Amino acid sequence: MATVDKAPRRIREHRGTKMALHATHRDAGTVTVVDLSGRITLGDGSALLRKTVRGLLDDQRMRILLNLADVDYIDSSGIGELVSAFTTVKNRNGNLKLLHLTKKVRDLLQITKLFTVFDVYTDEGTAIRSFD
Amino acid sequence: MAPDTKHLEMTLETQVESVNLAEEMCLRVAEAAGFGEDDCYRIGMSVREGVINAFHYGNQERPEKKIHLAVDLTSDKMIIHVLDEGTGFKLSEVADPLAEENLLSTSGRGIFLMRAFMDEFDVVPGKTGGAEIVMSKKLPAPGSSSPNGDGGQSAAPHQGA
Repeated sequence: MATVDKAPRRIREHRGTKMALHATHRDAGTVTVVDLSGRITLGDGSALLRKTVRGLLDDQRMRILLNLADVDYIDSSGIGELVSAFTTVKNRNGNLKLLHLTKKVRDLLQITKLFTVFDVYTDEGTAIRSFD
Repeated sequence: MAPDTKHLEMTLETQVESVNLAEEMCLRVAEAAGFGEDDCYRIGMSVREGVINAFHYGNQERPEKKIHLAVDLTSDKMIIHVLDEGTGFKLSEVADPLAEENLLSTSGRGIFLMRAFMDEFDVVPGKTGGAEIVMSKKLPAPGSSSPNGDGGQSAAPHQGA
């Protein structure tokens, strides 16, 4: 049986404990771009996303663009957290959009019919201008 | 159990860490069985969702309860069992996450994802109570896949399964 260390790199990257979520944010005019990397899954990943979005709202940053270019894995808990972030921002009269979905994340949003719920962009400049 | 069936089982604590542990264990089995990258992704995700279901809905996050995970590797498929110690549930009572009124729900997509990602999926009453999720994935045909993943399939799940 294969061990973790001998497993092919691309399969090894699926594994849970190695890809904790990281989040940083930067300003692009009136839009706050949140660069996420890692996995948005049950536990710390979902909690960090929640904390990040709520922190931005507390700072009155109501235009939020989540850059998911380096998010290669989301489970149902992570999907739920994205939906929660979306509705929380909407309820505060703000707007939350998504940028740079990986193929797996895009597929997940498509089969769960959420792809049409979120505003999804492939170009950061276009995404930022869309908030105006 | 057929003589050539390989059987593995483990008892997990009702805690978040068990989700990653179960995924890790099943991914090792899937890789060793010859599944490619895309199928490993589907299997790993389904195991996560099964254990999340047991952790949250079945055992109600109560630490004194256990989650029982078993894997059977037969000559043609990998079968995964996830048993909780809850009160059980019927698939027919699970809300459709694709219904318009549920689209913005923050939960309730786990069963849907397992059905989409696996070849067979069912929920049966556990022998000692609780609900037992039983799901399987056919083994790749010899020569159709490689351990590092280029099995020639899309990463997109089987829709409408």
